[in-house]
Formats: sequence, structure tokens, C-alpha cells
Amino acid sequence: MTDKKKKFVSPYAHSAPKGSEGWKELYPYFLVFQEQLKEQEEEKFFFCDSQHWPNVFKPFDAMTVEFAVKCLSQYNSRHYVIPPANGVDFKIHNGYCYMSPVAVDPELIEGRVPEFMERAGYYFQNWNELLDNWHKKVKRVIDDMEAIHFEPLPDRVDLQWIKDGVGLDPTFQLINNYNKLISLCYETWQYHFEFLNLGYAAYLDFFGFCKEVFPGIPDLSVAKMVQGIDVDLFRPDDELKKLAKLAVTLNLTDCFDKKDVQEALHCISLAENGGEWLQAWEKAKHPWFNYTSGNGFYSSDKYWIEHLDIPYGYLKNYVEKLQRGEEIDRPTEALEAERDRITTEYAASLDEEARAIFEGKLGLARVVFPYVENHNFYIEHWAMGVFWRKTRELSRMLKEQGFWHQESDMYYFRREEILQVLFDYGNSWAVGVPSVGPAVLQDEINRRKKIVDALATAPPQPAFNNPPKVVTEPFTIMLWGITTEAVESWLGGDEKSGHMKGMAASPGLVEGYARIINDASELDQLQQGEILVTRVTAPSWAPVFNKIVATVTDIGGMMSHAAIVCREYGLPAVTGTGSASTQIKTGMKIRVDGGKGTVEILEELVEA
Amino acid sequence: MKPTYSLFFKEAKAEQLESLGGKGKSLASMSQANLPVPQGFCVTTDAFVAFIQDLMTAKGLFSALAKLDTKNMPALDKLSAEIRSQILNKSIAADIQQDILGSYRRLCAMYDKTGDLPVAVRSSATAEDLPDASFAGQQDTYLWVVGEEEVLSHIKMCWASLYTSRAIAYRKDHNIPEEEVQMSVVVQKMVNARVAGVTMTLNPTNGDRTKVAIEASYGLGESVVSGTVTPDNYLMDKVIFELVESSIHEKKTALLPDVENRCVVEVEVDAEKALEACLTREELIFISKIAKKIEKHYGCPQDIEWALDADAEGEEAFTLLQSRPETVWSNKKSETKKQYMSGMQGLVGSLINPLSAKK
Repeated sequence: MTDKKKKFVSPYAHSAPKGSEGWKELYPYFLVFQEQLKEQEEEKFFFCDSQHWPNVFKPFDAMTVEFAVKCLSQYNSRHYVIPPANGVDFKIHNGYCYMSPVAVDPELIEGRVPEFMERAGYYFQNWNELLDNWHKKVKRVIDDMEAIHFEPLPDRVDLQWIKDGVGLDPTFQLINNYNKLISLCYETWQYHFEFLNLGYAAYLDFFGFCKEVFPGIPDLSVAKMVQGIDVDLFRPDDELKKLAKLAVTLNLTDCFDKKDVQEALHCISLAENGGEWLQAWEKAKHPWFNYTSGNGFYSSDKYWIEHLDIPYGYLKNYVEKLQRGEEIDRPTEALEAERDRITTEYAASLDEEARAIFEGKLGLARVVFPYVENHNFYIEHWAMGVFWRKTRELSRMLKEQGFWHQESDMYYFRREEILQVLFDYGNSWAVGVPSVGPAVLQDEINRRKKIVDALATAPPQPAFNNPPKVVTEPFTIMLWGITTEAVESWLGGDEKSGHMKGMAASPGLVEGYARIINDASELDQLQQGEILVTRVTAPSWAPVFNKIVATVTDIGGMMSHAAIVCREYGLPAVTGTGSASTQIKTGMKIRVDGGKGTVEILEELVEA
Repeated sequence: MKPTYSLFFKEAKAEQLESLGGKGKSLASMSQANLPVPQGFCVTTDAFVAFIQDLMTAKGLFSALAKLDTKNMPALDKLSAEIRSQILNKSIAADIQQDILGSYRRLCAMYDKTGDLPVAVRSSATAEDLPDASFAGQQDTYLWVVGEEEVLSHIKMCWASLYTSRAIAYRKDHNIPEEEVQMSVVVQKMVNARVAGVTMTLNPTNGDRTKVAIEASYGLGESVVSGTVTPDNYLMDKVIFELVESSIHEKKTALLPDVENRCVVEVEVDAEKALEACLTREELIFISKIAKKIEKHYGCPQDIEWALDADAEGEEAFTLLQSRPETVWSNKKSETKKQYMSGMQGLVGSLINPLSAKK
């Protein structure tokens, strides 16, 4: 860096793309940079969280960042009183979200320690018991969401309600259901962070210890020692593999020539043994197909259970592989043996005193880390899958009542605006006049669509304002992989063209042709043997990892989804390159060195 | 039983080890532990005994030695010269010669050569016969010996080295009977080093035993050991074999063998090559893996001299030249961390002072 300290642009100086005027109204007033607070907001350093929220928010979807980051914060600041870390301040700017971790005044840190010890200590000591209870709570939330239905208002109040003297109407229930659904989503995000921050804290402790006793130890080694082998997050993919094998055993492979899932299922239903397979398919669906190829944060995320063509595509690929005699299972035994070998060797190099501490910290990390890996399935996939499905049910019902034209239109309203729509619907039903919404809402939806589309034409800024001298906030480092070096490299922008540096997330050296994937919907373009290059991967992309030979991402650290999955699948990965998905183009020949964390363009594209 | 006149390092059986002399025995044991020492064989003590007994008895030299007064320097020197010249001039018996040349041809064939593989020929004495190790070792090493005739003559030169005035006097003074003197000769593939260096199986800066430190430069290892070039430095993780740190220096010169003149010459390294890393990632990985194996073999951290042989490919190119116990850190605690905190206290410490602030 040069002597004059560089800084990022201020959000107040960063204008919105043309056509997006008035975008601030789409989001809650407290989540946008307000003119009145310019001075105070410009004092804070914000970085873009495109790892979790890579796309511009539709107004309704902004709820996910609001609930998630608020709940993350409360566990730091109010539940466990993490000594050096308060919450994470967050804002939406030009449609993208930016984070600013709030550190604790150094003078207050010491005083928070006893409280943290008591509170966090209780969770660590009773981890498994509390976690069992967590599973019950989350399952109950999911069941409660499943039980909610949104039906059109009937012509008359049910006669039984009259006879029972209920004294209420169905609008009352409709509005309650909506509020309950939002509240259950909010509850989901509370539980999401109940264990996560502590899980990361224990991991961080072990990580820091390893960095001290084995100076220079590759991050990968630490990850490998802690990482689980049988992770729930891989279950959906494993279920598909089981189904593929069953199809081979039961002689049903011919049906997998069909392009369409319904045709294939029909074919199977007619086949001898088909019943047995269909039973297994149904069984796997619940709950494992509550799985998205997105990340659960967007209403547009597609879930397998509603889009059977997605798992079918992977399944078809597995059946074909099996027919060619290829191996489809993850090498779990080899992974386990390797994990044991690595752990034993590092431990053996320590003296007795240090080894005991190493084992203690590793033990705790291994107890808590499965949560870090598994919670994703239960929250982002299963619970959020049900949540989005229920909101679509509501949107469809209101669409049928003429409020808008498309199922996806509802998401152009903020969550409290939907409540107004429901009151409009209920009011007109009671009064006996047409609702006002159908006459006015579509224009507003169209106006907002244009704004969102305009916002999406510009990529987010990496960060805003003045960067800190050193990044010390533990969760920023752990969750977002934001380090002092990373921030410097964003500012530096001195990449030698064709060469990119990122994190050495999963070892191995591979050369091949790149395929840029900008969105989960483009995943089917991936060809066997290609290198996946993308801004960020979601864990649910796991099945495509059987097709590709390496992964390169713009965003993410050692514990990012891409890194975990690649290690699991034994593929090279370089994460957090910053700009690979824009520097590299589909069809370019590239070299990925997952051991060094480098990516190199070998052959430029020849323009036809 | 017919005596065995030559034995490959890899093939010597336990009961035959004594016939290889000290150096030969150690090479055989390393080779049999799959440590990559240069390939080669020993001309056994049986060959020496058969040759020398024959010569000495025929010429009455044993009795001449018995009568010799070691205080009479001119007489000692005269007899010493006489014996050595007799050794050098006498042909080795046909059966012994065929055995030795058979082994040399086999060694040549291992490197796709026919009778012209450069070898090192060095004496391998049984310890008690010679005054000191340096006397035994250093002088009687002949490098870049090529061809059958040369090999045979250099073996005889090694044998003859047992009869220097000093050696004869030493045995007399220590009452070692001449009839029992034995010697083996090691014939080893000459390492054609394209890169060579030194490797420690720990991090020399802090004693961390989960690292392998590698220093390397082009050509023979002398330039690394003597410090005539600043070698490349690499630090590898010893558990998962990832490169942790490296610093690449300009390596302007290299020491390369001049086979014709049997000496080493200093040459300029091509300017571009001088600035490049002299080891690839693959090479760093296998060097680390082999170093780890050597450490395991000896049971303590090692300081290893090695070379990559231009005549072999991949891992096969790695040649172990010497391995010694590391002495600095082996007897003291590593300095990677002085204080440990466990449990919640440790966790709080990690949160308050996370890794990026430490670095």
C-alpha cells in the first residue's frame, strides 16, 4: 500500500444506477443510509456480504438479511456477551447488503468476561442436550409452518362457527396466519444463531492455538481436523446416490433415458419393481428434498421438492455414471483415515502439556462443529423451504383474487405492506365491494420491478468508507473470511492479468475449461470435466461436484461452502479470488492450484 | 561355499553385512530401509582377502611385514611402496574380476548405460584396521570413475591405501595381525546433481516439528553448504505437505562435474533460470515425504544432504547423500508457544486476540 492511506467510496457518494430512482422506499427505513446520519455512518467501515446475498433484494426478501443479522447480533451482544464483539450493523445500499461489525470498547472487554464464561460456558457444557432440544424446536417451527394454509375467504362464515359462538370471521384467521408465518420465520432465525456463534468461537480457539503451536500450519489442516465426515448437508445428495443404485439393482435404468421427470416416474410406475423404487423416492423426499439450489435467502430460490426436475437431473447423471461403471460414492472411509492421520501427526509433535490442550480444544471444536455444518440443512433448506412455499401459497391465493398477475409479484412488497393488502382484501369482503388492490397494485409492482432490475445492472462495491488498520473482530474473520490482507487486496487492485490469488481451500492441481455460472438456474449448463467458476456456491450445488474437476469462487474462506464440499469430494478449490468470475470467461482454459490458492488463465478465448 | 565377491546394497543379507565394511554396511541398511541412497554395490572383504592373501603369500610380504621395525622410517616407507605397487600391478583373479564387472555392468544397465556409467569408488574399512575415520574415508574416494578398467584399477587403489606407512605403523603399534586385515570397497552411481540442497525435518527458526525446511540450489550441494550462493528457501508442512512459505533467491552460479577432468567446475546459471524457483511443487512434496521417512527411520529430527539426479525422473531422482541427527532443537523445547490456556479461559483469549491480530 502507498503512504497515503487508501479508502473505499462513501455510500453517500456511491450513486444508484439509472432507472432505480426511489429505490430506498423498497426497504425498511432503518436499513438504508439516511441523509440525516451521514456523518455517523461514514465513520463506519462496511463490507459487502455477497457471500450470503449476492443478488439485489426484492423488498419482501430483505427480511432474510434483517432477521439473520439481527439474530446473529443478539447472540453476541445480549445472550452470550461475547467479550470483544457486539452485533453486526447492516445496511442495504443500491439493493445489496453491507455489514459493519461493532467492536466492544477495549476498556469494557475485561468486564464482560465473567458473564460470557457463565453463559457460553453453560452452552458448551450442555451442548448435546441443548442441541437435542434445538432439533425439537426447529421441527416444531417447521410443523407449525406446514400447518398454515392460505385459502380464499368463503362466501359465508362457517355455520359451525355460528353455533360454537366463535364470534370471529375468516379474515381474522387469515391475518393471524400471515403474522404467524412471519413470526415463525423470525423464530427460525433466532434458533439459527443459538449455536452458530459459539460453534465458530470454539473453532476459532482451536484454529488460533494451531496457528501458534504449529506456526504457518495451512488453514486446510485445521479445517480437515475439525471437519465432519457424515454431515446432514450431504444427505440429500447421498439419498440421490442411493436411489441411483437402487434403480440399477431393480433394473429400472431404461426409465432414466427420459428427459422429463414426470415421464421417468411414469415409466417407473409401469415397470416391474417400480413400486419399490417409487416408495424409496417418496421416502427420500421427506425431508431431504427440502433442499434448494439457491441458499434459502431469496424467494426465487428453487427447492427440489417443488422442482423435481432438479434432483432428477442429478439422479439421471448418477445412473449414467453407474452404468459406465464409475464410482459415485464419496470416499468417506479414506477421508476419515486421513483425518485421523493428520490429527495424530500434529498431536505427536507436541510435548505432553501442549498435547493435552490441543486435544481439549480439538475435542470441543469437534463437538460443536457438526452444528456449523448441519444447521444449514435444517434452517436454510428445510425451514426456509417451507416458509417460501407457504408465502407462495399466499401469493397464489391473492393472485387468484386479482391483486396481481404473477405468483412472484407479491415479493415486490415489504412484509408490512402485505398486511395492508390482507386488510384491503378482508375489508372489501366484509363490506361487499371490490378490493382496491387489484386496481392499483400492479402499476406499483411494475414500477418496483423496473427499479430492482435497474439496481441489478450494477455490481455491489466491495466495501464502503475507511478500512480498519487491522481486522480483529473474530466473527468477521471467521464468517466472512475478511482479513486485513483481503481488505488491502480489494484496495490494491494490482492483479497481474490472467493470474488470480485466493485461498488454498482444497488441494490439487487441475487444468481445464472454465464454465462461468452466475446463478443456480444456469447449473445445468455445466459439462462433465469443466471447472466451475462463480461468485459464490451454495452447499446444495453438491451434486454438480460430481461433474466438475475444480471450483473457483470470488468470495469465501476456508470454511465456505465451496471449500467444504470440494474437500469432501476431493476436488481442488480456490476461494475468495475476488474477481475470477469476471476475469475468466466460459471456455477459457485455466489452471487451478488448490494447494497454492492460485488460478491462471492458460488460453484466452479466440474471438470467432 | 563359494565366497561372494560383490554384493548390491539392496541384496546383502544380514550375515553378509560384516563383509561390506563400515560404510558399505550403513549404505546397505539405508538402502534396505528404502532410503534413496545412490545405487551401488560393495566389493566384499572376501574379494580383498582372496586377492591379498594370494599376493602376500606369493611374495613373502606377510613375513616382511612381521619383521619390519616401524621406527625405521626409510624401511617402512620402502616396504609400504613395495606392497602398494605390487597391489596395483597384480591382476585380480578371473573369477573375482568377473564377479565385480558383472555387478558394474548391472549397475550400468540400471541407468541404461553400457559400461560407461560414472561411479564413485571408495574404501569401506572395518573400523579397527585404520587409525581414524578421516584417514579411512576422505582420501580414498575416487569420483567420476568411468569404465570397467578404471573401476578395477580404482578398487585396487582403495586396497592399496591400507598399506600406507602410517596404516602399517598403526597396526603394528596396536598389535593388529596383518593376516586379519580386511577391507571392502563401495562402488556407487555418481550423482549427477541438477539440484541439490539441505533439508531439516523441523522448522529451524522455532523448533516446530510439523514442518520441513528445505534449502536448495542448482548443481552440486557444495554451493548450498559452503554458502557460495543464496539458496531458495522453502518451508513445507510435514503433515499435509503443503508449501507454507518460500523465498526464491537469485542463484547465479552452480557447481557441476567435469567428468573428463574428474573435477567440479563452477558455471554461470542462465539469468532467467537463476531467478526461478529451483524446485517444483511436486519435487518439494516428495523431498518432504522422503525426509519424513528418513526421520522416522532414525527416530529423531534429521539434517539431510540430498541431490536430485539428472539421470533419473520424478521421485527416483532423489538421492540421499547424508543424514545426521539435528542437534539444536532436538534437546530443547520448541519455542512456538510459551504459555497455554485451556478451556473457557483459552477461548476468551482467542476471541479477544484473534489470529489476524497476531500474525
